[in-house]
Amino acid sequence: MNLTLRVWRQEAAGTEGRMVTYPANDISPEMSFLEMLDVVNERLNDDGKEPIAFDSDCREGICGMCSLMINGQPHGPMKGTATCQLHMRTFQDGDTIVIEPWRAKAFPVVRDLVVDRSAFDRVIEAGGFISVSTGGVPDANEILIPKDTADTSMDAASCIGCGACVAACPNASAMLFTAAKVTHLGVLPQGKLERHRRALNLVAQMDIEGFGGCTNYGECHAACPKEIPLDTIARLNRDYLLASVSSPEI
Amino acid sequence: MEFDAKIPDGPLADKWQRYQFDMKLVNPANKRKHKVIVVGSGLAGASAAATMAELGYRVQCLCFQDSSRRAHSIAAQGGINAAKNYQNDGDSVYRLFYDTIKGGDFRGREANTYRLAEISVAIIDQCVAQGVPFAREYGGLLDNRSFGGAQVSRTFYARGQTGQQLLLGAYQALARQVGRGAVEMFPRTEMLDIIVIDGRARGVVVRDLVTGAVRSHLGDAVVLATGGYSNVFYLSTNALGCNVTATWRAYKRGAAFANPCYTQIHPTCIPVEGDYQSKLTLMSESLRNDGRVWVPAAQGDTRASADIPESERDYYLERKYPSFGNLAPRDISSRAAKEVTDEGRGVGKNGLGVYLDFADAIARLGRDTIEERYGNLFEMYNRITDENPYSVPMRIFPAPHYTMGGLWVDYNLMSTLPGLHIIGEANFSDHGANRLGASALMQGLADGYFIIPSTMGDYLARTPLDPIASDHPAVQKTEADVGRRTQRLLDVNGTRSADSFHRELGRLMWDKCGMARNDAGLREALERIPEIRAEFWRDVRVLGSAASFNQALEKAGRVADFLEFSELMCRDALERTESCGGHFREEYQTAEGEATRDDEHFAHVAAWEYSGADSSPIRHIEPLAFENVDLAVRSYK
Amino acid sequence: MTGVGRFYGSTIGKKIVMAVSGVVWVGYVVVHMSGNLLAYVGPSAINDWAAFLKSTLPLLWGTRILLVVALVVHIHAAYSLKQLDRLSRPVEYAKLQHPASTLASRAMGWGGVLLLVFLVYHILELTVGVVHPAFSHTDVYGNLVSYLSTWWIGLFYLVAMVALAGHLYHGVWSMFQTVGVTNPRYDRLRRTVATLVAIVVPVGFASIPLAILFGLMR
Ligand SMILES: Cc1cc2nc3c(=O)[nH]c(=O)nc-3n(C[C@H](O)[C@H](O)[C@H](O)COP(=O)(O)OP(=O)(O)OC[C@H]3O[C@@H](n4cnc5c(N)ncnc54)[C@H](O)[C@@H]3O)c2cc1C
Ligand code: HEM
Ligand code: HEM
Ligand code: SF4
Ligand code: F3S
Ligand code: FES
Repeated sequence: MNLTLRVWRQEAAGTEGRMVTYPANDISPEMSFLEMLDVVNERLNDDGKEPIAFDSDCREGICGMCSLMINGQPHGPMKGTATCQLHMRTFQDGDTIVIEPWRAKAFPVVRDLVVDRSAFDRVIEAGGFISVSTGGVPDANEILIPKDTADTSMDAASCIGCGACVAACPNASAMLFTAAKVTHLGVLPQGKLERHRRALNLVAQMDIEGFGGCTNYGECHAACPKEIPLDTIARLNRDYLLASVSSPEI
Repeated sequence: MEFDAKIPDGPLADKWQRYQFDMKLVNPANKRKHKVIVVGSGLAGASAAATMAELGYRVQCLCFQDSSRRAHSIAAQGGINAAKNYQNDGDSVYRLFYDTIKGGDFRGREANTYRLAEISVAIIDQCVAQGVPFAREYGGLLDNRSFGGAQVSRTFYARGQTGQQLLLGAYQALARQVGRGAVEMFPRTEMLDIIVIDGRARGVVVRDLVTGAVRSHLGDAVVLATGGYSNVFYLSTNALGCNVTATWRAYKRGAAFANPCYTQIHPTCIPVEGDYQSKLTLMSESLRNDGRVWVPAAQGDTRASADIPESERDYYLERKYPSFGNLAPRDISSRAAKEVTDEGRGVGKNGLGVYLDFADAIARLGRDTIEERYGNLFEMYNRITDENPYSVPMRIFPAPHYTMGGLWVDYNLMSTLPGLHIIGEANFSDHGANRLGASALMQGLADGYFIIPSTMGDYLARTPLDPIASDHPAVQKTEADVGRRTQRLLDVNGTRSADSFHRELGRLMWDKCGMARNDAGLREALERIPEIRAEFWRDVRVLGSAASFNQALEKAGRVADFLEFSELMCRDALERTESCGGHFREEYQTAEGEATRDDEHFAHVAAWEYSGADSSPIRHIEPLAFENVDLAVRSYK
Repeated sequence: MTGVGRFYGSTIGKKIVMAVSGVVWVGYVVVHMSGNLLAYVGPSAINDWAAFLKSTLPLLWGTRILLVVALVVHIHAAYSLKQLDRLSRPVEYAKLQHPASTLASRAMGWGGVLLLVFLVYHILELTVGVVHPAFSHTDVYGNLVSYLSTWWIGLFYLVAMVALAGHLYHGVWSMFQTVGVTNPRYDRLRRTVATLVAIVVPVGFASIPLAILFGLMR
């Protein structure tokens, strides 16, 4: 199949960027979207043009590295898939495909389609963990955990930290990502104890990083490759509310 | 070069305890004075960095991804072993130890392997305390499954995402220390050389992948946790960034490379579609619990699977290995698949595939049960191939997956270069010639959470180390070397992309040094590799500059190292004239095509010493003493 | 920063304040709308009701103060959140799709502004009584009929009710999420309640200008 790509090119952070058009001819429908870009890059290299920079690593939808805005949808049109799991058979011969980086103040562009998501790491560093050090912990079966609790936790824990929620949100809000972590740890007996501190600290950092607020649009959930449920956001709101009323300093 | 494995004496079961008692401790007040540099933030690196920081050391940790959470460990699906015996099915530390030694075809070190089994128990406790949401039963207890040829249920798992959940646990522990300021994290940073001063590893030279700046990180010791080198085959189940660069540079600075020819080929991956393909996707081995592997009995049978009657199908694993059937170990089932496809009985477009059929399982257990067990895997398969495994059998084929070989380490996980410690898949230690399923995650975490934090203390307590100025000649020189090598890649300015060379090398290695190897093929490869390498340095084209974010440049550097390393790999495979585990030499097999070991001449570790660019490497030997197990012939019939 | 300051300083805190102040107003419009329906019973009915409301001053001013306070914080929170949201994406997408969000949710801002304009005019017209020369403090019914029979005033009221409908459709659903009602069991209930409120209240309100415009009420 033959396609036309409109791709965002930008030398480096802070420099001016622009959309550039490239042909992508005789592409096989079996290819993954990123393999299609590999081919385009190979050809650019042959013509002495610098290849398009984009992030990817595992190429099987688990590392969260790939991050492309495809035709105005993070990770493209398919539900519950990351960019690297998208295949060309979902496009039509002759299509024009618009490819952009995640756009958010908190995710500055590094080059072309590559952005800096270290804001997410700083949110986790602010309290996205259970405060135990190595050693001196009880036996794994000492504390029983109801299966459905473990499942709820696992549903939230499957977040791959890709940032599509931020990219999709009209407010560039990081609520779904933050809520997923708060839920993953907060429902488990091991993580409950720190639940309130965690909510306060994560939200504080989230705001510092310059993400927007949540208007409950629901775009994040629709774009999320792991389909993290919106309930997690309600849970974060509740934990935050409870933490605030119960916190000593008023 | 001396190869003292420093194994504590005394009975196997007491060695580790005894070691911990005998080791020297660092006075808590002095810990802050020591700085350790950890390269890699996978299960091994992240757990090591976090734990050492908890103990009070100052730690710097680097990785090439944009976040420490994305290390390749994240991709592990199946699970992690531990000798908890929660299922009361007769498991024990000793059984896990024995299974691992036997699974490794008696080419591993008893003491290390036993320690691994011993520690496995504590790992699960640790992960649960961190909030890893392992699968549970309705009673609230942890669930287990049996995995990769084990006859006990000792594998803990979190859906199909065990590696992800374990890594997030370690990542969060690491993040906690970064938040405290105890660990400095450097993502998008690639290690390109080791700084050696007075014969000790005292730091690393890195390239900042965003700015392109070359700089050094200096400290009292260096830990490499940089993973495996399966990408030497170009196509593998590893993430695209996985490389041999870090370990290869260390090798060239004096760390011996052990058993590079031990590579594991995973039997259940999605077959290759075309030559644009960038990686192979693993389908969890657990599929083999219910799927039946078969090919047409007749050659060149191109009928659709449904049109092939039962009588004309060959369920070759069940036929050859009645007792283990479809659950035969990885190396065995992989090789069996190669045999049938070599006979021209393979399925799929290019004949490079075999069927994994769930029809019987669905008939027996019902579609719902199968969906519950493998739903996400079936979905993944369908997404990639556009075929529905509920109605047509899956097509699978073996793919490079794991590398047992790695830098040589002693019992302390220190390489032959003093001060340089190697953990996780990057070292050679615990799996012998073949790794059992669900044992790599276990090893990474054992090394990182429990072993290196102790042995590092012992090293620092015993070793007088004076501080190093950043303008020390050795530092300056190493930085200059790195800068020059990087610039050279840009200066060639030829016509071919680095990828095209990688693809060429990968195909060669897969053919000549892959699932099955033979003398002629290996010699041929040893001829070709230097030619491809020369071609690379004559004709590679890398655009852009060194002083900017340049993915083509990163890639080229890694390919250049694979082009050197692959030669050592073939050499090792050529010298080891026996078949064992992941290393199968066609000359050494029984009439029925079973691997035959040569314990008399090869019950040892082959460790290679670098001896300069233009002289061939030296092969050293660490004999393996088996005091607790007797070398049985590994039979799964 | 401690307690209250930190709470209102955070995006979630502001959002919760909006939800609570929003509820106050939701409550008010429900009561207000019901009261208006008395107009169908006849002039005296609604006039008496209005008189009763004004008779007990504490109740009257209590409500007014509560409403004003609620409106002020509601608007302040809404405004500062919107400012933040604008800053959070300095470079716009060349192409952006909204597969999931409702039009109502995306119209909250402008809908709100329209509501504000409406409110100001509305109060000046029917409570303070400075818009038209003829205004009676006792004959609420008379005021209504005489003013809303002017087609463009009636139309303005109707447009405002559309804004209100949208605001309630998203707002009432969103409230639950904001204050942390997680139980999935109530998901559908939330939607139903919001939809009902968003239909009943505006329609109830709108029926009056319509009735007047079509001369059914005179
Ligand atoms: C698809 C797949 C499934 C698997 N499933 C299982 C399973 O079910 N059970 C099991 O036990 N094992 C499994 N394995 C094996 C297991 O996942 C790996 O062996 C293990 O995770 C390796 O961990 P590690 O910490 O040693 O290295 P990695 O996780 O690979 O981490 C390497 C780290 O080093 C960094 N790094 C590498 N090179 C450089 C450099 N030059 N400069 C700076 N940083 C560098 C990387 O950024 C990364 O942070 C699986 C492997 C694959 C590929
Ligand atoms: C008059 C000026 C008003 C303005 C400018 C305004 C503005 C807004 C905005 C912008 C939002 C969305 C905020 C966000 O989620 O980011 C909102 C939410 C809301 N508004 Fe208003 N509004 C106004 C009046 C009203 C009135 C009169 C009512 C009730 C009848 C109301 C009820 C609500 C409710 C219930 C919400 C939902 C809060 C939440 O999402 O949790 N608002 N308002
Ligand atoms: C067609 C729709 C409406 C009609 C016919 C209407 C009618 C009236 C009337 C007659 C009064 C004066 C009552 C009196 O003086 O006792 C009034 C007051 C008021 N209305 Fe409305 N109204 C409508 C819609 C709304 C809406 C949608 C809101 C809010 C969002 C609103 C808020 C108010 C307020 C705040 C007052 C002042 C109450 C007070 O005296 O404190 N009205 N309305
Ligand atoms: S919540 Fe979903 S979209 Fe957001 S980072 Fe996690 S996986 Fe990505
Ligand atoms: S799209 Fe944005 S507004 Fe909230 S619900 Fe999702 S974060
Ligand atoms: S590349 Fe890892 S998730 Fe897409």
